[in-house]
Amino acid sequence: MRYLPLTGDNRRTMLDSIGVAAVEDLFVDVPKAALLKEAIDLPAHQGELEVEKAFRKMAAKNLNPTDAPCFLGAGAYRHHVPATVDALIQRGEYLTSYTPYQPEISQGTLQYLFEFQTQVALLTGMKVANASLYDGATAAAEAVMMAARVTKRNKAVLCGGLHPHYRETTETMAGFLGLEIDAAAPAPLGDDDLLDRIDEDTACLVVQNPGFFGHVRDLTPLAEACHAKGALLVAVVTEIVSLGALNAPGAMGADIVAAEGQSLGNALSFGGPTVGLFAVRNKHIRQMPGRLCGETTDATGRRGYVLTLSTREQHIRREKATSNICTNSGLCALAFTIHLTLLGEEGFRRLARLNHAKAIELAGKLSDVSGIKVLNETFFNEFTVDLGQAAAPVVEALAGKGILGGIPVSRLHPGQPDLENLLLVAATETNGADDMDALCQALREVL
Amino acid sequence: MDRPKTETLSGNQGLRIEEPLIFEQDAPGRCGVDLPETDLADNRLGGVERQDPVGLPGLSEPQVVRHFTRLSQKNYGIDSGFYPLGSCTMKHNPRLNEKMARLQGLGDLHPLQPESTVQGALEMIDTLAHWLKELTGMPAVAMSPAAGAHGELCGIMAIRAALEDRGDPRSRVLVPESAHGTNPATAAACGYSIDSIPADDRGRVDLEAFKSMLGDDVAAIMLTNPNTCGLFENDIIEIADAVHDAGAFFYCDGANFNAIVGRVRPGDLGVDCMHLNLHKTFSTPHGGGGPGSGPTVLSEPLAPFAPLPFVVHGKNGFHLVETIDDPIGGSAKSFGRMKGFHGQMGMFIRSLAYILSHGADGLRQVSGDAVLNANYLLAELSDDLTASFPGPCMHEALFDDRFLKGTGVSTLDFAKAMIDEGFHPMTMYFPLVVSGALLMEPTETESKDALDQYIAVVKGLAAKAKSGNDGPFHEAPVLTPRQRLDETAAARNPVLRWTPPVEEAAE
Repeated sequence: MRYLPLTGDNRRTMLDSIGVAAVEDLFVDVPKAALLKEAIDLPAHQGELEVEKAFRKMAAKNLNPTDAPCFLGAGAYRHHVPATVDALIQRGEYLTSYTPYQPEISQGTLQYLFEFQTQVALLTGMKVANASLYDGATAAAEAVMMAARVTKRNKAVLCGGLHPHYRETTETMAGFLGLEIDAAAPAPLGDDDLLDRIDEDTACLVVQNPGFFGHVRDLTPLAEACHAKGALLVAVVTEIVSLGALNAPGAMGADIVAAEGQSLGNALSFGGPTVGLFAVRNKHIRQMPGRLCGETTDATGRRGYVLTLSTREQHIRREKATSNICTNSGLCALAFTIHLTLLGEEGFRRLARLNHAKAIELAGKLSDVSGIKVLNETFFNEFTVDLGQAAAPVVEALAGKGILGGIPVSRLHPGQPDLENLLLVAATETNGADDMDALCQALREVL
Repeated sequence: MDRPKTETLSGNQGLRIEEPLIFEQDAPGRCGVDLPETDLADNRLGGVERQDPVGLPGLSEPQVVRHFTRLSQKNYGIDSGFYPLGSCTMKHNPRLNEKMARLQGLGDLHPLQPESTVQGALEMIDTLAHWLKELTGMPAVAMSPAAGAHGELCGIMAIRAALEDRGDPRSRVLVPESAHGTNPATAAACGYSIDSIPADDRGRVDLEAFKSMLGDDVAAIMLTNPNTCGLFENDIIEIADAVHDAGAFFYCDGANFNAIVGRVRPGDLGVDCMHLNLHKTFSTPHGGGGPGSGPTVLSEPLAPFAPLPFVVHGKNGFHLVETIDDPIGGSAKSFGRMKGFHGQMGMFIRSLAYILSHGADGLRQVSGDAVLNANYLLAELSDDLTASFPGPCMHEALFDDRFLKGTGVSTLDFAKAMIDEGFHPMTMYFPLVVSGALLMEPTETESKDALDQYIAVVKGLAAKAKSGNDGPFHEAPVLTPRQRLDETAAARNPVLRWTPPVEEAAE
């Protein structure tokens, strides 16, 4: 077996040193009845070539979005990731290191985490960001729990434009902690009235921007309404590229930002792993979940970085920790940081404008297809269209033509007849006019 | 161990090169990606356009490559050398697994493609799930948890849901004092209070104390096995029976599954649920702190409460159940969703590549060699260090600081001295049940030569400490990019991001 260095001779010598006859003698503490005498009944080891063939066979059964016209979004976006990102994150010193608990030999990881935290704080317009969480959905759930701790209140109001997976994840966590969730109905026109729902028991209002259906909203009035009642505004961002074109949540009064960072540096990978972003105002840092990297000096006075404020965390505080999270999304955060460093101010703003322009172009072309109505007045790179007939079968028919034409809203909001005809479509810098024309042509044939 | 005295003009020392932050390398207008400019005269942003610059620095591609290459050289990884970090299972990360995770048709799949276009992906998840169930002897597995601690959450949520379903939610969870911090934190996050079970003088659960703590308000025990002292809980079946007699559930923390994979199935021990850290036993890279993946196996009574989504075999191939009322395989009892989309697919691919490479025979050899390597360390070092408990151990060897008594050298000092010798230190001060713990986990992917070199160095340092020469230990490490860092100052006055120098900000 190519990964195991011990030879038969080695094993015998080592058993002699230990003073036992066989490896089985080292398992004496296992109850006899539970000790397997031989390998379980599954296939034996294979060479690289055979394993690779098995995976290629499975991959060939999928329609890959790299080659297909693809307009899927809903919290996971196909963007072009520069070749540099993947080359750098595969350096063994990053890939094969543990959480940087030994700072003297982890300055590489710690410095990029410091850079990552700074980038996230800048994008979101917040003071401080943590070193990542699992994904956007769990970040949203953590934000609600943090808001409950900060305000010592028990209720969270969720907007109707919150991604259903984010809502469900938050409901799951809240349910076990006895928090009340007041979720507004899905709002495909982006017009849900949230102000009346905020009261003296509200810990936070959670608003996604752009919303699940694509609408862009000014968070300022919502922030003011929250603050007037002593509640926090949690802003959720599922498409981080939008912040190159849209006002930062922090600039509009958000208290916590919970976001998904997949769009920068990270492959779609069927939805995971990705990287949860979490940023707050300064006064709340000691209530934050997750790891934080901080600047300090070493014994010779040189600048260096360490994990800090760990008295919030499970390995120190155990049951009193702010979260149970341990492993987070280190390497995905690195990919995010490298991609965003390559982009810089200029590139990031250009990328955002390009995405918006592509979506405008797509909306225009789709409007020209008879039977299709674009619902959004406002959007960034994703919007909702009404097909005038059930969207799910249309999407299947498009897939039959090799086109990933959008996501039927009914997949994420099932069982709601008024949403059945709605299709969510996204366009990014990866979508050329030929893709868009192919989609429109296919829709003309299918509808 | 004297620090090299050579002063240089640059401040660099050979391969040790100082590297500023990206924010200190900014030139406005410079960019590492070529993108067209877009005219957005008629935007649809509804008047919510960004008002201010983001503040991101401008660097070119060669600068970015050099920056992150230089930073990487300040890190120690498994690729660099021996990494005996107990409890963390730092084993070799095969590059085939990386290649498979990036295959077109797997790595680039969108999570919400129509089911008909992702049959190969669902087959991949189902195949991995099958292996995990067979290896653990458990009937069901929840694949979506994102890491070990998230898997713990999954397990305790399933337990709570099952108890509530029978109208008996209960209030307490029992956790041994040697447990990982995530265990009590998880139970608390599910609304339980935590009681700590004492260890006996054999480093295992104190069976009598444990039994006396059981009652009809106990929801579960969370027990790591092999435990964090590197020992198999030999009373485990009696513990499981007692738990079940009390109407509670047995959560097993699977962080140490590497010690028993292919030899012992937790399902045969009476376990009700257990998470598997794919980034430990199944070798997905730790990546400097993630991403992980924590599939959680479940017993028959807990399976109906598994989180969404999950893969089932439908009439027309594989089917992803995303709602509780799904006509094919939906479970009204599911406790709900834990994260966005379907789980850590990229980690599933790597794990399955690892599993298929090893096969059933290779995985059995994995646990055998991991346990052999750990016992070799225990045997070879017991005369020089103080072993906390007699062997045999499982996959890790635990020592405490009695051998350092009176030397002036602490566990921390000793570990830091290992760094100057070119090793990653062992885990320090964990588990908490012994004084100044030094927990060593060699894993199965270390050669005997590597172990022998490590043993010689540990013996040598122990001798040096006992000889009264403690000075160098307090300064160590000195051969690293940075010497000991002031963690107290970092916490007292947190600087958690870069900010522009004051004079620039005033402009």
